[in-house]
Amino acid sequence: MSDKPLFAIIVFPGSNCDQDCYHVATELVGCRAEYVWHRDTDLKDADVVILPGGFAYGDYLRAGALARFSPVMESITRFAMDGGPVLGICNGFQVLLEAGLLPGAVRVNRGLRYVCKDVHMRVENSSTVFTRLYEPGDVVRMPVGHMEGNYTAPPETLTELEYQGGIVFRYCDAEGRVTDSANPNGATAGIAGISNRGGNVVGLMPHPDRCAEGVLGNEVGRRMFESAAMALAGR
Amino acid sequence: MISAELIADHNLSEEEYSRILEILGREPNLVELGVFSAMWSEHCSYKSSRLHLRNLPTQGPRVIQGPGENAGIVDIGDGLAVAFKMESHNHPSYIEPYQGAATGVGGILRDVFTMGARPIGSLDSLRFGRLDAPRMRHLVDGVVRGIAGYGNCIGIPTVGGETTFHPGYDSNILVNVMNVGLVEKDRIFRGRAEGTGNPVVYAGSKTGRDGIHGATMASEEFVGDQTRQKRPTVQVGDPFTEKLLMEACLELFRTDAVVGIQDMGAAGLTSSSFEMAGRAGSGLEIDLSKVPVRETGMTPYEILLSESQERMLLVARRDRLESVMEVFAKWDLAAVEIGRVTDSGRVVFFFEGRIVADLPAAPLSDRAPLYDRPRVPPRTIGSMGWERLPEPDDYGGCLRAILASPNVAEKSWIWTQYDHMVGTNTVERPGGDAALLRIKGSRKAIAVKSDVNPWFCACDPYRGAAIAVAEAARSIAATGARPLGVTDCLNFGSPERPEIMGQFEAAVRGLSDACRVLSIPVVSGNVSFYNETDGRPIPPTPTVGMVGLIDDVSRRVSVPFRSEGDVVGLLGSNRDELGASEFLRRIHGRDEGPCPEVDLDAERRLVELLARLASKGLLSSAHDVSDGGLAVALAECAMKGTAGAEISLEETIRPSALLFGETTGRVVITFAAGDEGAIREASAAEQVPFRAVGTVRGTRLSIRVSGGRLLVDEDVASLQEIWTTSFESAIAAADVL
Repeated sequence: MSDKPLFAIIVFPGSNCDQDCYHVATELVGCRAEYVWHRDTDLKDADVVILPGGFAYGDYLRAGALARFSPVMESITRFAMDGGPVLGICNGFQVLLEAGLLPGAVRVNRGLRYVCKDVHMRVENSSTVFTRLYEPGDVVRMPVGHMEGNYTAPPETLTELEYQGGIVFRYCDAEGRVTDSANPNGATAGIAGISNRGGNVVGLMPHPDRCAEGVLGNEVGRRMFESAAMALAGR
Repeated sequence: MISAELIADHNLSEEEYSRILEILGREPNLVELGVFSAMWSEHCSYKSSRLHLRNLPTQGPRVIQGPGENAGIVDIGDGLAVAFKMESHNHPSYIEPYQGAATGVGGILRDVFTMGARPIGSLDSLRFGRLDAPRMRHLVDGVVRGIAGYGNCIGIPTVGGETTFHPGYDSNILVNVMNVGLVEKDRIFRGRAEGTGNPVVYAGSKTGRDGIHGATMASEEFVGDQTRQKRPTVQVGDPFTEKLLMEACLELFRTDAVVGIQDMGAAGLTSSSFEMAGRAGSGLEIDLSKVPVRETGMTPYEILLSESQERMLLVARRDRLESVMEVFAKWDLAAVEIGRVTDSGRVVFFFEGRIVADLPAAPLSDRAPLYDRPRVPPRTIGSMGWERLPEPDDYGGCLRAILASPNVAEKSWIWTQYDHMVGTNTVERPGGDAALLRIKGSRKAIAVKSDVNPWFCACDPYRGAAIAVAEAARSIAATGARPLGVTDCLNFGSPERPEIMGQFEAAVRGLSDACRVLSIPVVSGNVSFYNETDGRPIPPTPTVGMVGLIDDVSRRVSVPFRSEGDVVGLLGSNRDELGASEFLRRIHGRDEGPCPEVDLDAERRLVELLARLASKGLLSSAHDVSDGGLAVALAECAMKGTAGAEISLEETIRPSALLFGETTGRVVITFAAGDEGAIREASAAEQVPFRAVGTVRGTRLSIRVSGGRLLVDEDVASLQEIWTTSFESAIAAADVL
């Protein structure tokens, strides 16, 4: 039992996909999972850290803006610096951006409305801890659900991301073409997800946790969790 | 001294005031008058509707909690139950659409989680006026944003609902919100103040001056341009606080520390304290000086009648008060002990050391006024001669025009603004016949649906209400589920008009009859009267919310045509009916009746048949025939399945009625050719008319009638383009003001 990888699911007061991520990690991937309250600093010897979606502190100011001051963020930063796998989904991605664990920022969607629907993404980098079970160029369908997902960064950051494999997913059409009409929020260069240089910290706006089992009609997202679990099991 | 003017200002009649004097044996003070005014408002006391609501069937083998609590509860087996309720937030949403709709969502969520249930899905049933009516686009946009803003943030998916546009709502829109939650049968909580000496705890947001007398406001009609002046009575929502409150309460419910709990909704602290004491037959002593307030100088009157959102009143076990406080502190919520339970039968409020109100608990609800208001039989609207209209030249053109109507067009513009997937239970997303939410840890799923057709109800309130039940049941059955229970939200004009009371009585009778025949109990509900502006009432709108259960989610059925070569079948009979149809309105500009007929026994057999066919895995797809008629239903199956079909209908009725009439009791199904015998047999056993009418094939939808005459031959992709883009275009084209 205890040799199964342990996922720490970080719970901010306004997290609302924490239980969804827990369900994927335990029921669908067969790993262990523990909730970690945002005020705690102990990551419980977790092997993987997940920052789930939601509205961490209500996000009335700016998504993720207050969450980065949570005590747990210091522990997560240390964990990431040591090469620990950290995945930020949707609001979790916004928190990673605000905390500086990933570069850039997200703005309000181009359409100025919340958008919840399936989108397609092209896998640009399949060597991160969370994308090893995909092939480069794979087109995957995942749901989005956000008001602020319009990714942007200074030109030099974007160049760096491009050249160092930092762009993990790009919005595309069903055939894999990165087009403006396939972009749900206006994100620069169609960027849907990025990673740090080490490939151990990944953030994305779409929800792999919402497409991880057959009964929901789509299992493609489970591979992100499995990818991290497999990497650890093989250590 | 209470003057006649003050009594009138509190919306109390002379007769009601005499009753107050009789109950108290003295004159009330101003605070007490405010309490009576709120508790005896139409909104809180149901004084005009109670008499009729008694006729609704509320019993059933699965009913755990019927009407009278915060929400109704129905058993779904395996130790689990679903709690659900629908409520209106019409008046506030017309005054300030974003906050009105948002707080509507917040209120219904509290009703459900107060029972110990974790909310798992919301539905919104929206009625707007014409898109080009004044302020209408602003109202549509604000209401949708408000529902999204609240529901998305708290993380409860909005999975279903419906939206229609009728001139009768031009100056009085309807926002009806339903929520369904999941609760363990042995961990249900109720709003009861029990156990003398137990502490009363106030938790959640601070009390402000917002929404004072909201319940009284919702019990009056609008006159002239009052909507701006009324704004201070609309509350402001804070979904983040609600999220904290929900998590804290659900965490508390896993302990044994809570005795009873109720949300401070309409009439705020007043109604929650009187209702909790009233249900338990106990009394309360509450110190209003301890209530956390948002601003200084608030009077006891204001504190008692504020409708500030996201507040809970709970009674804790005396020895567990500390652990209650710890949980609220963990979630950064204010929680204060403001009083205690007594056995006096009285609710006594203190403020700064003196008694400001001292009232008997039970009489406020037991002896609340009950009116048998005068009524006249409602006017029904029949045909105004549509039978003599010439048949159209271009049936395909009619189909395209109806698919483009805001009432029929696909409304993803609305539901893509709602997070409809959070919680990862949404197996059938919005846009189908009913949404399906799977129950984790089991093979089960629940189906949820809201329904009512205001044109039907305007033509015939009795039949319109019965059809709303029948259609919701049919939609639920079309997914393979069996109906379990109903919640209703009855929206009407002023009960002081005999014709409105006539409509109300007829609609409640229609609901009762349909629920009886279909054996679906009504477990919760809400009445919203006074939906009128400048003397113009809305069409009678008895919205039905229904929950169903499917035992094996893998047996679920959905709308899209699935496989080339499948046989298309029609269950039910076609009739020569065009009254109250989208066809008459859209193609001929005629709004006339009669309302289609409804055969409740036939509906019951159809529901039974569908559940049976689905459980045997015989159906590839199923879709209820409703708005726009049979041609629209076939087109929807085709567009969603991106597949064509060749249909041949051997009928002698007029082709326009066959294609576009909104005759009830019909469902389009598809199945593998080899299963036709089994389906024919099962249909015969249930005495449901069945016939094969075509085949899923190609990329066009063609419909022939008797003699092989081709009426419709349309490219499915082109229909889809019209159907999926028209609503957004209509919104964009509407005047911003």
